[in-house]
Amino acid sequence: MSPHRPPVGDRFRRFLGRLDAAGPAGGLSADRPAAPHTPEGDRTPGQPRSAAPGERRRRGGGRRGGGEQLNVPPAEFTSYYGRPVLKPPVWKWDIAAYLFTGGLAAGSSLLAAGGQLTGRPALRRAGRIASLVAVSASAYFLVNDLGRPARFHHMLRVAKLTSPMSVGTWILTVFGPAAGVAAVTEAAPWLPERGVLGLGRRLLPPVGQAAGLLAAATAPALATYTGVLLAGTAVPSWHEAYPELPIIFAGSALASGAGVGLLAAPGDQAGPARRMAVAGAALELWGSHRVEHRLGLLSEPYRTGTPGRLLRAGRVLTAAGVAGALVGRRSRVLSGLSGVALLAASVATRFGIFHGGVASARDPKYTVVPQRERIRRREAERPAVEG
Amino acid sequence: MPDANSLYGPLDPAPDAGWTDARPRMGFFTDTSVCIGCKACEVACKEWNDVPGSGLDLLGMSYDNTGALTANSWRHVAFVEQPAPAGHRTPPFAGYPTAAPASATSAAVVAAGTADDTGTEPGLPTGDPVAAARMAAGPEFLGMPGSQPPGRATGVAERTDFRWLMMSDVCKHCTHAACLDVCPTGSLFRTEFGTVVVQEDICNGCGYCISACPYGVIDQRKGDGRAWKCTLCYDRLGAGNTPACAQACPTESIMYGPLDELRERAAQRVATLHERGVPEAQLYGHDPTDGVGGDGAFFLLLDAPEVYGLPPDPVVTTRDLPQMWKRAGLAALTMAAAAVVAFVGGSS
Ligand code: SF4
Ligand code: SF4
Repeated sequence: MSPHRPPVGDRFRRFLGRLDAAGPAGGLSADRPAAPHTPEGDRTPGQPRSAAPGERRRRGGGRRGGGEQLNVPPAEFTSYYGRPVLKPPVWKWDIAAYLFTGGLAAGSSLLAAGGQLTGRPALRRAGRIASLVAVSASAYFLVNDLGRPARFHHMLRVAKLTSPMSVGTWILTVFGPAAGVAAVTEAAPWLPERGVLGLGRRLLPPVGQAAGLLAAATAPALATYTGVLLAGTAVPSWHEAYPELPIIFAGSALASGAGVGLLAAPGDQAGPARRMAVAGAALELWGSHRVEHRLGLLSEPYRTGTPGRLLRAGRVLTAAGVAGALVGRRSRVLSGLSGVALLAASVATRFGIFHGGVASARDPKYTVVPQRERIRRREAERPAVEG
Repeated sequence: MPDANSLYGPLDPAPDAGWTDARPRMGFFTDTSVCIGCKACEVACKEWNDVPGSGLDLLGMSYDNTGALTANSWRHVAFVEQPAPAGHRTPPFAGYPTAAPASATSAAVVAAGTADDTGTEPGLPTGDPVAAARMAAGPEFLGMPGSQPPGRATGVAERTDFRWLMMSDVCKHCTHAACLDVCPTGSLFRTEFGTVVVQEDICNGCGYCISACPYGVIDQRKGDGRAWKCTLCYDRLGAGNTPACAQACPTESIMYGPLDELRERAAQRVATLHERGVPEAQLYGHDPTDGVGGDGAFFLLLDAPEVYGLPPDPVVTTRDLPQMWKRAGLAALTMAAAAVVAFVGGSS
């Protein structure tokens, strides 16, 4: 036994102590055991849990279309000591951060390619640089999250369509270098006019054009495969949201790319960024509204607790960012602020979706109740099929 | 050529994985009706596979101090102590004097909150006390763990009407193993026996398999960083031996053999139990048409799967994979179109 472990049986002695304190009637109200991970620890057990835990406290919880909560079936179910059936994801916050940086890289490279093709150098330059920074951060987050970071290259042993992570690895393998080259060629104007470096000065821009277009061609795949990455798990609220996740992530990526454009481009070049912000925000808001309301019980994790707060913050920031972008056409400051709001919105949305899924895997309710419901429906249909 | 059922539906997994000389599919049939909860399987597995210790503390979950399948526990014996639900089965003490059930809601609630450092990630997460309090018919605390069997110290009159369920859980070696399908390194592979094994020299600890497993089996070892789970003793199988747990099981609750044979044996056993008045006996994971294409390790249970911490209707995530990629493709096209429109569709 390692020396810093508490004496064996310590917890059990405390447990017996609490049992004694609870008295023969087993009334728990007097002495609640510490249950650090459960927000609804103040409820008497046995009393059916009718509504989502957070909604009791936060009266405005169902602000948007409160009527949908009626879809939530009563969560009566059996479990093994209330322990989760699934293993909650081991992914740390790095992966949520990667969802943002990956989307940002994709959105910015689309912005850059647009700027390149329509002669808006400010958009091109900002987009390429943001894309390189974001894709480098993505690589760091992804490798850092591995249990064995030094073995990151084992991802390149295989290419599997059944593994969204493998597909994503290959998308990044194409996108990363392309985005990198495109950004590096932005240094061409700093090279001297003559000599070998002068040759570089002339050759770099066309190379950058090609690399930028390659990055932009891969960008939509990079932004949307992450939806499949999360949905391709047993995590209930991620898996069931598979139709919406790619849309939310695509919208969030567009909006964050637009944010970069609004921050960096002068007013006369920022028009496309403003339109990208509107399109991205529309997709993102539509998608997150759907996951927050379409999935019945499995929408609950997205509306309550930390994920609920994050998603609401994301919605407010998105709306503010779009409004600012449209109203502040003539103001550099207002445009810049809208850009910041859009970037922050994207961060909040990604972390909200991420943590909503984690919460759904931590509570056996979200695993057992929908599966029981599925069995019940199947059994109700069976005679009809046979008859 | 991959089978049409490669992602979902009945399938013989080893040939589908490319084995031209596949052996008959091997598996476990765990008959919980004869399990005595001795944990010989847990110990034998640790010994044979050199699995590290998984922490040592009392969890208050009856005799279950392992808590869950983790990277450091490849067999897990679950214990449920409860008053026998009326009308559910033959009362175990019919005709004997019994006392009113001792209060035990609190026991289960406390048990849901205990934790143990299993040395793995996520290992043994704490449970929801509200859900724990609702364990079928309200769990019953029998003073276990204790030094004597329940009821001996208190005398016959104090005995309560209870049932005691025990079940040795293990990786299900699914026909459609989500862990294997999503593994981006090819570390998880299908053996010629149709089982699912992690190659520890390949795994880079990405953790994808852990969220993908619909049974919450596979887990990551802290410090080591890699994912570990039951190998169905691949090394012993190759040498024609029985897996360590099945070898050690004194009651033959764990049976090992060709899956076809085990399925037949299981069907007979259920029929026998039903005949003998145990109508709640049911098979779990035996059906090749279920959501994971049937399990290589399946069970005979005496109550609903969720009572033992098993998902009642698991579905492999790859069932929806074609739909998911289609949705992602649509979203990608939408995104590209939006970008194009943003640049060509305006004046400023
Ligand atoms: S039970 Fe989980 S870990 Fe075992 S084969 Fe199935 S998906 Fe993989
Ligand atoms: S953790 Fe290891 S075994 Fe699991 S999916 Fe990743 S590489 Fe494969």
